[in-house]
Amino acid sequence: MKTPVQFSLNGEDVATFVEGGANLLDALRETVGDLTVKGGCWQGTCGVCTVLIDGAPRVACITLAESCAGRAIETVAGLRRGAELHPLQTAFMERFAAQCGYCTPGMLMAAKALLDRNPAPSREEVVDAIGGNICRCTGYEPIIEAILDASRSNSRRSA
Amino acid sequence: MLELRKDIFADERDDNLKEIGRPTPRQDILGHVTGASAYYDDHRFANLLHLKVLRSPHAHARIRSIDDSAAARAPGVKRIIRAADVPVNLNTLLSLIQFGKDDEPSLATDVVRYKGEPILAVVATSERAAHEALALVRISYDPLPAIFDVEEALKPGAPSVNPTYPKNTFEYYGKYDHQKLRYGDADAALAKCDVIVDQRYQMSPIEHAPTETNGSIAVPDTNGRFVVHTSTQALFFSLDTSAKINAMESNRLHFIGGTVGGGFGGKVDTLTEPLAILAARLTGAPVRYRLSRHEEMQFGSPRGAERIFVTDGAMKDGRIMARKVKAYFDSGAYTRLSSYAAVKCAAHIPGPYTIPNVYGDVYCVFTNRTPATAMRGFGVTALDFALECQMDKLAVAVGMDPIEFRILNAYRDGDMKAHRREAKNCALIECAQVAAEKANWPIREEFKRMSSRREGAAPAPYGTGAPAAAQKPAHATPQRIPYDRAGEAAARGTPAQPPPAPRPTSPPPPAAPPAGSGHGAARFSSVFGTRRR
Repeated sequence: MKTPVQFSLNGEDVATFVEGGANLLDALRETVGDLTVKGGCWQGTCGVCTVLIDGAPRVACITLAESCAGRAIETVAGLRRGAELHPLQTAFMERFAAQCGYCTPGMLMAAKALLDRNPAPSREEVVDAIGGNICRCTGYEPIIEAILDASRSNSRRSA
Repeated sequence: MLELRKDIFADERDDNLKEIGRPTPRQDILGHVTGASAYYDDHRFANLLHLKVLRSPHAHARIRSIDDSAAARAPGVKRIIRAADVPVNLNTLLSLIQFGKDDEPSLATDVVRYKGEPILAVVATSERAAHEALALVRISYDPLPAIFDVEEALKPGAPSVNPTYPKNTFEYYGKYDHQKLRYGDADAALAKCDVIVDQRYQMSPIEHAPTETNGSIAVPDTNGRFVVHTSTQALFFSLDTSAKINAMESNRLHFIGGTVGGGFGGKVDTLTEPLAILAARLTGAPVRYRLSRHEEMQFGSPRGAERIFVTDGAMKDGRIMARKVKAYFDSGAYTRLSSYAAVKCAAHIPGPYTIPNVYGDVYCVFTNRTPATAMRGFGVTALDFALECQMDKLAVAVGMDPIEFRILNAYRDGDMKAHRREAKNCALIECAQVAAEKANWPIREEFKRMSSRREGAAPAPYGTGAPAAAQKPAHATPQRIPYDRAGEAAARGTPAQPPPAPRPTSPPPPAAPPAGSGHGAARFSSVFGTRRR
């Protein structure tokens, strides 16, 4: 039995049909076709599939797709503006904050959620914000540095 | 902050290391930060089928009967794959390099030998349909005695785990049940040592837990070929293994991979490709076989657990005179790569230290646990943990500073290793010196001046075969402070013992130390620069 679901994905309206009980990760990847969202554990523990729902970081693999009706969903596919990268993306590149890259989309979204509500976070706040995201290449230090870099470039921009 | 110490081994390196300390973007980083990097599962195919595997709930059991009739009729099920469907249902990974006997089935036939062993596969239109069909399969088992301890597995009368190796040990070269290392006379030397440190170390299995689990998608191509998108770390290894299991020419397989969501050794085992290809062949449709996180933990091989017994003997002046090691690798139920780990372990028994008498026995043992595999330095890493713990304990036992103790015993260029390879391009002493300096760990002046360079051995630039002395007169005189190990101990006030056994690589008489040098050595092995052989 399929159910219609309508939500906004990176600012665009999306309408699709999902299986009853389908999770948001499968809805985004298999139905809508946004492959920038990755799956790592399918049980809500690794943070790889982190997306923003109405601005808050959520693990898509244990979010019911039907519960997203009418919500605004953001994924890394919507992070760059045309050719221009988001300051977080630039900072991740410059700080070598990705090795295998598989946790990167989730890390970026967790970091975006933080910077959107707190443009100048402390190091501790950064560590806390990515606390639900596992990086098995153990590149946490460059990731933390990259997020702090991006926050500094944010403040330069608004200054 | 990265720092390049150009003062160390300066004479053996072209001064071209300009990349170090300067950020260089990875070539794949733009794809990673935009989510555009395509991992194996980021390829989409119409009518994709999903393969799921029924796994053994027992660590060791005989399969009495399998009833999959209800599963075969379940909604969405396209095909059930049984052991008899696998063209070559026995393989060992290293058979590709003629190392070891085929011992692991893709799908268990009559006996399951670890919890999680694959028995039967369902290919269905969705993962959910496949799961629901699996729940309808009825299997009856006769549980068999299981064994989970490497030493228990070697006792007479222990249950046999793997019929290819009924004695529960891997067989080397068709006749040896373990790897031996014999150098000097360890027992005689131990009898003369001032201190003995005798310890047991036990490691646990470690799961790589890559954020992307193992998986692959096999897609029928034209002309009977298959395109395989895979998470493998070892593309051609997996291709050949898949060709062997499917009894097909390797040129019928086109493997696409390279963008891998973390491997660390856990993606060399070709766990999913052979069955995905077989399923694609049997159904004519693209098939994805993706491990769940649970399967990754239970069926994906971990780093094997190792049990290591070490007995070391040292003199009061700090020289290690003898080492005996007995090590057991828990290979789990099948070989995968543990046989090779044991070989590496045997070669590494002295660690980076010159020990004149070494005795080692290393076993690759089968138990009813998940088969183990490669992981970051496997065969060496756990042994190093044991050996470096030993070094600290030995240093305490002989009353020496642990860094000075390591410097004293470290390989020098030209020393003979226990497995009869000459030590070359040694740098432990220099590393220890810099580490001590960075950590503000005081070591005495004579230890700061020691070097890995062997007395009198003038370096020859790589490939010339000529002594460097002829070409580089500036470096003809070794900068190392030759060191009399026994004499140094006497100078410190520790009672000096005459060497109970001559070092196999007895150093030439000391030369006069150059004055005021910092790091004595001036050589460095790099893949680019000069390298002495």
